Amino acid sequence: MGVGIQVTDLNAWYGANHALLGINMNIPANHVTALIGPSGCGKSTFVRCLNRMHETNATARVSGEVRIGDVDIYAEASPVEIRRRVGMVFQRPNPFPTMSIYDNVASGLRLNGFRNKGVLDEVVERSLQSSALWDEVKDDLHKKSGASLSGGQQQRLCIARALAVDPEVLLMDEPASALDPVSTAKIEDLIFQLKSQYTIVIVTHNMQQAARVAETTGFFLMGKLVEFDSTHKIFTNPTDKRTEDYITGRFG
Amino acid sequence: MAHRSNTSAANRIWRTIANHVATGLAVVSTILVVAPLVAIFVYLIYKGASSLNFAFFTQAPKPVGEAGGGMANSILGSAILLAVGSAIGVPIGIAGGIFLAEFGRGGRLANTIRFTADVLNGVPSIVMGIAVYSLIVLPQKHFSALSGGVALGIMMIPTITRTTEEMLLMVPHAIREAALGLGVPNWRSVLAITLKTASPGIITGCMLAFARVAGETAPLLFTAFGNQFWSANLNEPIAALPLQIFIYAISPYDEWHRLAWAGALVLIALIVVAVSLVRYVASRGILKGAN
Ligand SMILES: Nc1ncnc2c1ncn2[C@@H]1O[C@H](COP(=O)(O)OP(=O)(O)OP(=O)(O)O)[C@@H](O)[C@H]1O
Ligand SMILES: [Mg+2]
Repeated sequence: MGVGIQVTDLNAWYGANHALLGINMNIPANHVTALIGPSGCGKSTFVRCLNRMHETNATARVSGEVRIGDVDIYAEASPVEIRRRVGMVFQRPNPFPTMSIYDNVASGLRLNGFRNKGVLDEVVERSLQSSALWDEVKDDLHKKSGASLSGGQQQRLCIARALAVDPEVLLMDEPASALDPVSTAKIEDLIFQLKSQYTIVIVTHNMQQAARVAETTGFFLMGKLVEFDSTHKIFTNPTDKRTEDYITGRFG
Repeated sequence: MAHRSNTSAANRIWRTIANHVATGLAVVSTILVVAPLVAIFVYLIYKGASSLNFAFFTQAPKPVGEAGGGMANSILGSAILLAVGSAIGVPIGIAGGIFLAEFGRGGRLANTIRFTADVLNGVPSIVMGIAVYSLIVLPQKHFSALSGGVALGIMMIPTITRTTEEMLLMVPHAIREAALGLGVPNWRSVLAITLKTASPGIITGCMLAFARVAGETAPLLFTAFGNQFWSANLNEPIAALPLQIFIYAISPYDEWHRLAWAGALVLIALIVVAVSLVRYVASRGILKGAN
């Protein structure tokens, strides 16, 4: 089951570059939340703060509070624990190239010491089913390497890999931006199916995509959250002039 | 319009010529690279193959004047020396590379290690022999297979360390992030993901270091010393192919010269076999890991 995320006064830096300025956001559980905004406004930085990936950058710094469910992730948990609860899908598909399809999906559990073959088989099948890849790969699970799949298949493999560790939240940073329209449509269908079980935060440059998949949308501009509301409201009747300018394509 | 199609026709011809020239250059340089290797092999076969017989691979050398004998004890000796050397050089070398690429990045200690490795790489092999002589042979008061293996092992370290570092740094950042994003602790992600992804290159580096020291004579002169008899004892002087080749080659006897050529042929052939074998096993192992 998904859990809600409460972000309070979140600031993030890369060295002296203050990339996020006092973000407050209440992300509802079991919903899809889209983040939009022009390039460089801090969307990726923001989602990377939600699973403590931001701090893997040597110059990075964070302040503020992020609560996932009832855990304050910066005060009460280790990055490793948090990342198991908060899965991430990156812009470019990044399957492990030396691993088979099966091993890619099983990797999260295996690398955390899990060995039970029967359960692994089950998890791999269930995850690949959930990511709508099962039918395309079920005969090659051990034969093909993850890197031999098409880009769209690789991205669904990465989603399956993230789902296999049974997270509560799924962060997706432009998951379809490197994909063709057919693969994009598949990923969008998938997001629709997954939201009953996971809280999903998706970064996208594609406004139609945000409108199609998300109930809630946040608009970022230059490190600030300008507006955060129901997707319908943002796209039909935004409160802020800058949001309106952006979604009508007048800048950005 | 006419003008434009003219240029494109000229362009096409020019591109074709450039294409042929580039291909030609590539072929010529390939030949230049491969030719010496082939020439050496052919010459060794021409000079040495006739002395290869069953005794060569089964017997120790006979004293001057007696016919027959072989280099079997040297082949065994080289195998032992290289096994000891690899047992020291490969783990230390790889560990050093992991430290440089993953943990010490940019730190003072890492820079010192990197500098030391580069200097070590440039130390003449005879100096390495003398160093190990004074570190191990002198205190023990006798030559030994162990000291020879240590000398070879130390010589393997810098090559392996630097290739491991470079290969690890070539692993895409996205792959590391994928592992961290799954909640895998950093050390585990380095060992299970980054190292594994880089392993084909690292294995190549190890084989390079191995092949280089396999033919070394100088560092063995004051350490392994050589031995005319069978020995597999790490605490005694031991025979080695390069040493035996050296002894035969500087001797005044034609028969021994022929044996030296045969020894050189066998040395190169064994290196090729060993390297191919490791590559084969490693590629199977990595594929098997994928299953
Ligand atoms: N690894 C990094 N090192 C230093 N600065 C960074 C790094 N990544 C991002 N930044 C800076 O942080 C700010 C926000 O970048 P971020 O990647 O979060 O933007 P974004 O909204 O995701 O943009 P895009 O839509 O192009 O992906 C930018 O000013 C950027 O230059
Ligand atoms: Mg981004």
